[in-house]
Amino acid sequence: MSLVLDIAWTHVSSRVRQTAFAVAGVATGVGFSIMMAALMEGSQNDFMRQLINALPHITVSDERRVPPPQPADAVYAAAEIHGLTPSTRRKGIKNPLAIMASLEPWLPGAIAPSVQTKGILRYASRDVPVTITGIDPQREPKVSQLAEQLRQGTLTSLYRTSNAMILGDRLAEKIGARVGSNLTVQTSAGAKLNAQVVGLSHTGIRSVDEVTCYVLIKTGQIIEQQTGLVNEMRVRVRDPMQARAIAARIEEETGYKSVSWQEAHEDLLSSFVIRNIIMYTVVGAILLVASFGTYNIISTITHEKARDIAIMKSLGLAERTVRSIFVIEALIIGFAGGIVGFALGYLLCVGLGAIEIKSPFVDMTHLPLVYDLRHYGIALGVALASSLTAGYLPARKAASVHPVDIIRGAT
Amino acid sequence: MADQPPLIAARGVTRILPGIVPTTLVRNIDLAIGDNEFVAITGPSGSGKSSLLYLLGLLDLPTEGEVLICGRATAHMSEEERAATRLSTLGFVFQFHFLLPEFTARENIMLPMRARGRLTLPAMRERAGDLLAALGLADHCDKRPDQLSGGQRQRVAVARALANDPPVILADEPTGSLDSKSSEQVFAILRELVDAHGKTVVAVTHDLGHAAHMDRRLQLVDGAIVSDEPQRVAAPAIS
Repeated sequence: MSLVLDIAWTHVSSRVRQTAFAVAGVATGVGFSIMMAALMEGSQNDFMRQLINALPHITVSDERRVPPPQPADAVYAAAEIHGLTPSTRRKGIKNPLAIMASLEPWLPGAIAPSVQTKGILRYASRDVPVTITGIDPQREPKVSQLAEQLRQGTLTSLYRTSNAMILGDRLAEKIGARVGSNLTVQTSAGAKLNAQVVGLSHTGIRSVDEVTCYVLIKTGQIIEQQTGLVNEMRVRVRDPMQARAIAARIEEETGYKSVSWQEAHEDLLSSFVIRNIIMYTVVGAILLVASFGTYNIISTITHEKARDIAIMKSLGLAERTVRSIFVIEALIIGFAGGIVGFALGYLLCVGLGAIEIKSPFVDMTHLPLVYDLRHYGIALGVALASSLTAGYLPARKAASVHPVDIIRGAT
Repeated sequence: MADQPPLIAARGVTRILPGIVPTTLVRNIDLAIGDNEFVAITGPSGSGKSSLLYLLGLLDLPTEGEVLICGRATAHMSEEERAATRLSTLGFVFQFHFLLPEFTARENIMLPMRARGRLTLPAMRERAGDLLAALGLADHCDKRPDQLSGGQRQRVAVARALANDPPVILADEPTGSLDSKSSEQVFAILRELVDAHGKTVVAVTHDLGHAAHMDRRLQLVDGAIVSDEPQRVAAPAIS
């Protein structure tokens, strides 16, 4: 063992109680920061998983980001034209089957057409605004988790009767409908349709489950009063994190607005960034408070060891060597605190993970936690950095003492 | 031999402590201490004996003048260079033993050797053991300072000063806190270091009896050397 390490180890190991308190302080900081990181990232991942599973990864709609140029603009390019009414555009995506055929060879995932429309659902004298999605039961399982999210019925139940409908479970609950109930759907364009509930779906996202209902694509076209209409194509990709780039390529190739799930929920994702900043600030504050303990013990040791410091310097140990003794002492405390904190953090996670949640408002039964070595690494890194800072200040002061002052005072 | 510089030299060394009323510790000291000398620094309390020793040992810096060690000027040395010079050339013995309490006698002696890093660890252990044996402490190698008597601790401190085999030992009242028997033992050891091992010992002492048995006596009054007399005497036997 080197001289510096030997002296440092001797100092901290000969003050068991003080060292134990300092180590416990750092360990508490590390342990709780690991637990917080596991909990925060776990809940974030769980939320994103629900988000990704509940909605298509990419939605291609019959809109364009930039309105197409009007014919007058093309003819009179030099002049600025005001007050013209834009030419009417037929609703829907043109040649949806051809577009799908052109995308499928390179698309890392699946694509399905759908009809998206709004309407009023009427049942037992209750009117509820809903989003009606016309789907293809053959293709749908490839682009959404709807098949797995069905609480009652199956996707093929949509074929069982004419104008069959799958309702979000909270929507059904809101209007009091059950499987087999007969409803009326009405649109703002005046279309009216009688439908029968053949299934109930549950995504876990209240805002979706309260307003969504699914019908066959053909039924959707009838509600929209436009035969052959496809106004939306939904894409599910193998790696949801690549959705943004894939959406951009689809948009470039088709010209239709392609919105990835990240773009659709940009506000939520940016709130995660803020959440993470808050989390790491709190974690940093915990470890900062813990580092005061380290500062305290190193200050105490340097104060108690002033005479030893003086004699070491008079023997010929350089200031740098003396300083490094106390810095290493702080690092020993930080490292020991980190290791004990690992165990504490892991046990806290296990303890939290064991808590059972029984609530009708949430799907989860246990707290979502992420066990990630990165959390342990970051916590240890911050603990060591704060211990280093806490140790360096008194170490620098101790190393700069004038040995003569101490020796004169001691004799 | 005539060209060889003195081991320690002071040229016009003055040390003034700054403050509202500046205090002059030593003034205008000119001094040369050569090989194999046993020098006593005496004088009344507050005359600047210890201050001069600390200046000669590079523990303090002069306000004016300079100290030369083996002919090398030290005024412009960095803190690390001064530390390295102390480590290789000077050994210190203080009135209080200043042994590190958590380490054994052997480990305390190994401290300067480890700081210098010239020997292997087994060689350091062996040398520390030899030094302790030479000072009559062979059975106390693994004892900590609190398990040793005052005289034994001071002998360990002497052994520590000799650890890196420096040519000069600087001692500040080395027998000041010891009983008469231990005091005689330690003084005899210092005497032997000069006579048998060719070391140079510079010792601050109040004890005029000891000073009378040293080869040269510097007397300080109010920070200035008032007399510098050689006084060759017969060495007392080590008890």
